[in-house]
Amino acid sequence: MGKYVIKRVILAIITIFAISAITFFAMNAIPGGPFSGEKALSPEVEKVLMERFNLDKPVPQQYVIYLGRLLHGDFGVSLKTGRDIAATVFESFKVSARLGGLAALTAIICGIVLGSVAALNRNHWPDRVIVFLSTLATAVPSFVLATLLLLIFCIRLKWFPVFSTGERSYVLPVIALAMYPMAYITRLTKTSMLDALGQDYVRTAKAKGVSRVLVIFKHALRNALIPVITYVGPMLAYILTGSLVVENIFTFGGLGAKFVSGITTRDYPMIMATTIFLATLMVIMNLISDLVYKLVDPRINFD
Amino acid sequence: MAKEEFKKNPLSVQIDLAKFELASEEEKAQQEVMSESTTFFRDGMRKLRKNPLAMASIIVLILIVTLAVAGPMVIPYKYSEMISVDGRRDKTAKNLAPFTWSKNEQKAIEQGEKLFPHILGTDEQCRDYLVRVLYGTRVSLFVGFFAAILVLIIGLLYGSISGYVGGRVDLIMMRIVDVIYSLPDTLMVILLSVVLKQTLQPLIEGTALAKLGVNMISLFVVFGLLYWVGMARLIRGQILSIKENEYVLAARAIGAKPGWIIRKHIIPNCLSVIIISTALQIPSAIFTESFLSFVGLGVQSPMPSLGSLANAAREGMQSYPHKLVIPAVVICLLVLSFNLLGDGLRDAFDPKLRR
Repeated sequence: MGKYVIKRVILAIITIFAISAITFFAMNAIPGGPFSGEKALSPEVEKVLMERFNLDKPVPQQYVIYLGRLLHGDFGVSLKTGRDIAATVFESFKVSARLGGLAALTAIICGIVLGSVAALNRNHWPDRVIVFLSTLATAVPSFVLATLLLLIFCIRLKWFPVFSTGERSYVLPVIALAMYPMAYITRLTKTSMLDALGQDYVRTAKAKGVSRVLVIFKHALRNALIPVITYVGPMLAYILTGSLVVENIFTFGGLGAKFVSGITTRDYPMIMATTIFLATLMVIMNLISDLVYKLVDPRINFD
Repeated sequence: MAKEEFKKNPLSVQIDLAKFELASEEEKAQQEVMSESTTFFRDGMRKLRKNPLAMASIIVLILIVTLAVAGPMVIPYKYSEMISVDGRRDKTAKNLAPFTWSKNEQKAIEQGEKLFPHILGTDEQCRDYLVRVLYGTRVSLFVGFFAAILVLIIGLLYGSISGYVGGRVDLIMMRIVDVIYSLPDTLMVILLSVVLKQTLQPLIEGTALAKLGVNMISLFVVFGLLYWVGMARLIRGQILSIKENEYVLAARAIGAKPGWIIRKHIIPNCLSVIIISTALQIPSAIFTESFLSFVGLGVQSPMPSLGSLANAAREGMQSYPHKLVIPAVVICLLVLSFNLLGDGLRDAFDPKLRR
């Protein structure tokens, strides 16, 4: 176990390092710098600015300088607004995290409930309806769903305001983000629940006269949830990337918006900070979900 | 006298042949209960044909492909062409509702000219919308298909080398895959397509590739760089398990070369898994393409794709909802039917799922 954890942590660190390197060199390969465009600056001003942000040095050297500062927790300041990047990123992360967290929670809870209902009513109408809807939901990209929801509920039915910042404004984006993972978890839970219900220990429990509720919750569901844990990592990745567009559609000022605007305005420190932040988050989530998976299921061997 | 001696013991179980008669040829034929001989492929197709969902999705796909291919040939408008009457651009043909004519067109019709109806109306740049949707479907299908093939080729080469050679090479190759696998793909896709768009432009200037558009090429490059890892892992896993079989050992014992063993023994045995995951790769490529086009990084305008059409329709969403709904529905239909077909293929051809 210890060896496995160490191996995974080292791999995670290498991944984050690789991402930072790819991002840094890729964004520097884009022609044009942060100070080209808009109004042309006088050569002297541009030179001073370039020196101030080390942009006049060769790219590999810039990268080393950047990494050195990063290790001290210094993300630098935005080339556009001059504000501290760490603060900006953290602020917009709060919005994104709330949206993503709500979506993840909705997906997991509804997915497990629907999946169990489908498995317990196998081949009856609840199962059929749930399977049909979840198959349908896996085919709808989150951005399509988001625009359609906006069209139907905000513009046609006027149930929700198009632009708002209150609690209600979270409802539609959460639905748009949660739909696909929810459908996936439903299918996953159904298959593993059916598998668990067919196991010997469930039959033994039933034969011993354990109540149906107890059999379902204590024996079947607990084992059926193990595959769902492995999906939590990929699900968060899906929600994070989906939120890039969904935030845009519902005009939320989240991390996704910061990343996209950073790329279009060549705000190098902003691109780096958002990418490293999101990538680290995703790598850590994947790591945790894998480790928890191995912890809860002692049958899995470590190699 | 002998007969008397051989009188049968009533308890004997010896069979009395006199009670039996020979079977006729006809009766013999009835005993042959051999089913028709079948191949793996034919058996799989039979199973697939029994799967109503898979068959329905095949029909839907054929319908969409036929429309996307034949539609733009039948309709006399081009996807980038603004409606013109008498050789002059018709500026009144902007944002027409389905099955309506612009003022200039009505005049032309009154003068006895025959015009093809705008079945889905026109867009804000006076272009026939149906042609754009059909052409966009064509683009999305093209991207989905070729991206899947690209992923297949790279994944197949990488996975088979890694799995077959094994040892330290496998270890290093798989660590690389692990790193690429855990890259946040959408972030990388957006970043790479911005970078490639800018850097590729001068490179392809004047070549045949320029016609395809730099966005489309960077889309394929992104697929080639990032999306092959899943396929490579899958193929490596298959090869690792097949490699241990006795027939591979036998082939190696008589001196078969690695290339031969991979081509003749290993690939045919993991073919069904490869085909199924390639089929499932197509919808995910369509998904990614429409996502990128939606963000504005996909195909280059005026070339339409389903994602960019949906994105463009967002502005006039309030007045012209059909322009948003139609491409969105086509994306969903395509992804859904490819998914269902892939599932059907897996049930029909994956021997491990056989009961």
